[in-house]
This record gives sequence, C-alpha cells and structure tokens, in this order.
Amino acid sequence: MEPSLPNRARLSLHIPEPPGRPGDLPDFTTLRLSAAGEVDRPPMDASEPSMRELPYRLIRVLDDGGAAVGPWNPHLPVETLVHGLRAMMLTRAFDDRLFRAHRQGKTSFYMKSTGEEAIGAAQSLVLGAGDMCFPTYRVLSWLMARDYPLVELCNQIFSNARDPLKGRQLPILYSARDYGFYSLSGNVGSRFGHAVGWAMASAYRGDDKIALAYIGEGTTAEGDFHEALTFASVYRAPAVLCVTNNQWAISSFSGIAGGQETTFAAKALAYGIPGLRVDGNDFLAIWAATAWAAERARSNLGSTLIELFTYRASGHSTSDDPTKYRPSDEPAHWPLGDPVERLKQHLVALGAWSDDRHEALALELDAAVRAAVREAEQVGTLGKSKPDLREMFEGVFKEPDWRLVEQRRELGL
Amino acid sequence: MNMVQALNSALDVKLAHDPDMLIFGEDVGYFGGVFRVTDGLQKKHGLKRCFDAPIAEGGIIAAAIGMGAYGLRPVPEIQFADYILPAYDQLVSEAARLRYRSGGEFWAPITVRSPYGGGIFGGQTHSQSPEAIFAHITGLKTVIPSTPYDAKGLLIASIEDDDPVIFLEPKRLYNGPFDGRHDQAVKSWAGHPAAEVPEGHYTVPLGKAAVVRSGEAVTVLAYGTMVHVALAGIEDSGIDAELIDLRSIVPLDIDTIVASVKKTGRCVIVHEASRYGGFGGELSALVQERCFFELEAPIGRVAGYDTPYPHAFEWDYFPGPGRVAAALRQVMDGQ
Repeated sequence: MEPSLPNRARLSLHIPEPPGRPGDLPDFTTLRLSAAGEVDRPPMDASEPSMRELPYRLIRVLDDGGAAVGPWNPHLPVETLVHGLRAMMLTRAFDDRLFRAHRQGKTSFYMKSTGEEAIGAAQSLVLGAGDMCFPTYRVLSWLMARDYPLVELCNQIFSNARDPLKGRQLPILYSARDYGFYSLSGNVGSRFGHAVGWAMASAYRGDDKIALAYIGEGTTAEGDFHEALTFASVYRAPAVLCVTNNQWAISSFSGIAGGQETTFAAKALAYGIPGLRVDGNDFLAIWAATAWAAERARSNLGSTLIELFTYRASGHSTSDDPTKYRPSDEPAHWPLGDPVERLKQHLVALGAWSDDRHEALALELDAAVRAAVREAEQVGTLGKSKPDLREMFEGVFKEPDWRLVEQRRELGL
Repeated sequence: MNMVQALNSALDVKLAHDPDMLIFGEDVGYFGGVFRVTDGLQKKHGLKRCFDAPIAEGGIIAAAIGMGAYGLRPVPEIQFADYILPAYDQLVSEAARLRYRSGGEFWAPITVRSPYGGGIFGGQTHSQSPEAIFAHITGLKTVIPSTPYDAKGLLIASIEDDDPVIFLEPKRLYNGPFDGRHDQAVKSWAGHPAAEVPEGHYTVPLGKAAVVRSGEAVTVLAYGTMVHVALAGIEDSGIDAELIDLRSIVPLDIDTIVASVKKTGRCVIVHEASRYGGFGGELSALVQERCFFELEAPIGRVAGYDTPYPHAFEWDYFPGPGRVAAALRQVMDGQ
C-alpha cells in the first residue's frame, strides 16, 4: 500500500547539466562577465569586509581591442610582456610536440595546458626565486617562464636514463625545487594544504617567502581545499591560493563542483579572506591580481583566494576525448578568447610586436623543442632506456632498511 | 616519570634545543592535550611553539608536510589514532612518498604522535590499533613504545629522524604498566625500573628491539601494551619464554627476532589489533621464511578478534595473560 503523503508536490533530485553536449551549439550566455577595466582595485591593505563584492565580478585588463584598461592595469614593461608571451608560446609548442610523442608511443602519458598558459607564465614571473609554487599538472608555463631546461622535461616524460626524478614518477608530474616548483602527485588537491603549511613555516621562521598553490575547480569539492582554507584563514598564512576554473574536470562540468550556485572565488567569503575572480586568459589581469595578493601576503595580511576563470581547450589528458561530452567547437566559442592571441594582440597594439615577429618566434621555439626532444630521444624513450635499477630502491627512506637492501640484492644489484 | 611525563619531557627537551621543532594539534596548546602530554609546553616555550589546530586531521598532516618540506620538524598530534583516517591520504600519498617521487628534492621529517589502543573503555572510536595499515605503506616508520624510558628516547629519535614517523602511544600505559588483569586498579609506574627517566636528551634508536626477558623455550614477540600482558602471561604459564619488545615495527629488528626464534624453536606473536591482516601476519611470515627448519611448532598468534572494537565486551576482546598463557602452552604441547 502507498504510504500517505502530505498534499505537496513530490520532491525531485537536481542533477546539474552543462548548457551544451556533443551536437549542441556552444552556449556561454549564462556566464557572468564584467567588462575590461570595470572592477575596482581596492588598496592592498583594505579590510576583508570591504571587498565582499569582488568574488562576484571578473577582474579584466585587456579589452577586446587589446588595450590595457582600468585600475588593475599593471603597466608592465614591454620586455616583461614579451617574456610572458614567449613562455606561453613555448608551452604550447612543447605541448603539441610531446602530445604527438605520446601518439608515437614514446611516453605513457601527457597532459596539455592549452588555453591556460597565461596563468603559470604570469604567476611565475610575479613570484620571487625563494617563493614556492605548489602546482597542478597544467601549469607547465611556470617552468617555461623560468627557463627550466627543455631536455630535462623530455627526460622526465620519457622516464629515460637521465630522468631527473629517476624513473619513479608519472610523466609531467615534475618536481623542480630550484625553480620554486613543488613535487606533484596524482591525488588532486592533496598539496593545497602543504602550501599553507609551507607558508606557515616561513612566517614561523620570520622569513619573507610566500607560497602559491593551485587547485582545479573540480577539486574544490575535496576536503583538502576546505581544510587548507581553514588553516590559511586561522593562521593568516602568507599564501596565494588559486582555483584554476577551466570549466571541466575530465568530463564533469564546473556545475558538478557547485559552480552553478556561486563563484569559486566566493568560497573565500566563509573563511574571511579576500576572494578575487580573474580573467584567466588575460596575462595582465592575472599578473595584477597575483601581485596584489602576493603583496598582501608579504605584508603579513594573510592569504587571498584567486579564481582564475579560464577554459581547458584540449582534453584532460592523452587518455581523454572531449568531443564525447561537450560540443566539439566549444573551445573556439569561449568568450574570453585565447591567452596567447590576446597578449599578442596587446603587444601589437602597443606597436611592440608584429605578425612577422610572432611567426619567427613560433618557429624558433618549435625548433628549440624539436632539438630538446631529439636530444632526449638519443638518451631513450619509454622502455628503451631507464635510470639505474638501483634507483628503484633509493629514496624510500633516507637510508634503506634491510627489506630494501635484501630486495635490491635479490635483483643482483 | 610515568609515560605521559616522559613524553612531555621529550617534547620539552626538543623544544628547548631545536628552534625548528614545533607542536600543533587539537587541544594541545593552552589546555595541554586531552591526555596532558603537552601540558605546560605552550606556557614554557610560547604560543608559536605549541598551539591548537582546527578539527581537521587531513589539514593538520598536510600543514605538517608543508612545514617539513620547508625545513621545520613539526610534531603534530592526532588526538586519538582512531581519528587518523581522515589524514590517511596525506600520510600515504604524500608524506610517505614525497622523497621518493621528487627524486630527493623534498621530504617530510614529521613525527605524528597519536594515542592508540584499548583498555580505557573508549569504545570503537577511542580504542583501535591501526599500526598494520601504516606498516604496509612503504616510506613511513611506525614506532610504539612500552615503557616511559623508551617512550622518551624513541620520541626524541623519531623527531630527529628525517623520515615521516607515526608514533603510537599506548594510552593504557600512560599512567602505569598494565598486566592485562582488568579487575585490578591501574598500577603506578613508580618504582618500575623503566620509569627512571633522565631529565635531559637521550635517544633509543629506531629499529632496535629490546629483549625484555631471556628464555629458552619459546620466543614471544610483542609491542606496546601487549609487552606487559605478554610478560604476565609468561609468568602465569611458568614457561621459560623469551620476550622481545619490538619498539618499532618499521624499521623492524629482524636480526634480533630471527636469532631468538632460532634459539628457542618456537614463536608466539601478541598484538592488540584485530588478527586478520594484522601485523602479526607479517611477523609470522618473516619468521616462517627465515626459521622454518628450526621451528618445532606452528607459530602462535594472540590478537584482538575480527570485530569492530566492542564497548561492553572490551575485556573479552582485549588479549589478556590467560590467552597468552594458553598460546604458550599450545606451542609447547602441540595441543
């Protein structure tokens, strides 16, 4: 028998869905975008309660014509802009070449940063040599902006005899301490709290270093995110905490992480720290927001949460085909454009850049990547070369215990 | 000193001599910890050296790892080992592997202190012994003292170690030794030789077992609270058993274990954690692999039952001297 129900409509479970699936027209009409230059820039030491509207607006500097406008314009010298552009273009050239290397069976895995290159490039240049970035796998441009050797990247990706991580780590989960780049693991979000602890340690010691961390918008659902923000807030950790909202967590759109209900920047409000929402395809806006948050951190005013609003133009990884879950031409319709094209346009508008110079730089960078790949291939690609097998047993502990010694001996090493 | 005082003394010594060492965790600061292990340390060494943390075990360990990567030696406390599971991902995926995966660029010299084990009527969430789930994870060290002297020396050694250490404190032994006879009042550590604890700095090395009692007939392997239960069981049985306190299960003092079993020809393993998949299984396999031709009887195991930790049945669940004595008689008689 049916249980008796009160005279109300039945409940129904809400499952969020993105505006477009394969075969549909891309639809970004629901996005809340501010115009370039529209959002106020509060003083760096403004009180948190006075900034609670910021997370609902979008900080943008570059307008549709490539001009830098508004209070967040960082007024960067041309050399800095070209440095950033070069890092972004190098990242793209490297991604294209190494993605192809995967298709040729030279590595087991690769992940591209396509569409998000401005983030790592700008933030790498804003932060200092002693600071530490706690990266995700989509900020290769951080390393590119700091001239990390391309051959070393290839050696790591090929897990060959010269792999700086000694054959122990999945391709592209780099570690580069000297470049301010913390070790990655595959468990998303688990390093967000390390950044806060690292920043707390700097403050504890009375040093002047700050931490910068990334988490994907999908990963904000993890407890790691909320625990790290609690610690950041409670101890006023000198950290810049970034949510890279590229709209997609593998095949799950940002609504599955709560992105339809509020902005990711607004998550800062519950923790009593400033939240900025920034055009993640705008090199200048990222620079300005990061510099603002970094200055707050250096002034002992604590953490800032920055949502970098961008779009993952390629698949999640070499194992992913995004045309299976979103309109195939969706990337081309992203309303905030392509970060490389936008910075190029800005430089052209300044009279400091041209199509010819751009083309020449692209060719130069592609040649540099090809040369690096070739050099690493000489050492060997996956399965054709590997570090000394003894490395398998090293670094488990500072000194191997008897188990490792015995097991290494079993292999005759 | 009792064990709480010995642990407090270890932390006090390290705070005094190593400015990179700091303590944080739930209620460890002003209040001094729910078991009083950090009592007075904040007042003596300052707010920044010993402070309270949010109720976020994963966040506590994540912050500790970041601090360790920076160059500090954090000593976070997890209030009960039962609460360590929200931090398990941080311990397993991050602390244990940071040195390995980064090619030696980063590491996490953290010491995670946590009271563990039963015998205080704490029910399921205040009584468990999770050591096996850490012993299985390579890259972590797991240390479990059984006396005040060892507790202080092992804790200082753990803090000074460059690898991540899980330091499990048998809370049943905090205020006195325990012989498994639950109808007796808690004994005091006063007068016990292991309660003579020096005030200053000393270490007990990790990976070195202690022979608590020499014997010829059978080797008993135990750690933590069970060392005391095993000793009572040996006395009850009247069997000339050799009792080895492992002190750390990673690193494990395999040489002492093997030498003893080769001498006695018999082995009984005692632990408080439930039996199936427990660390006793690993010990049993190691002894069998290395001492098979010297063994005169199947290896005996005394452990908690394979149920969640039961509140009303605590003294039926918790291994006592009677079960140890029965296991000893069984390996001696083959019955």
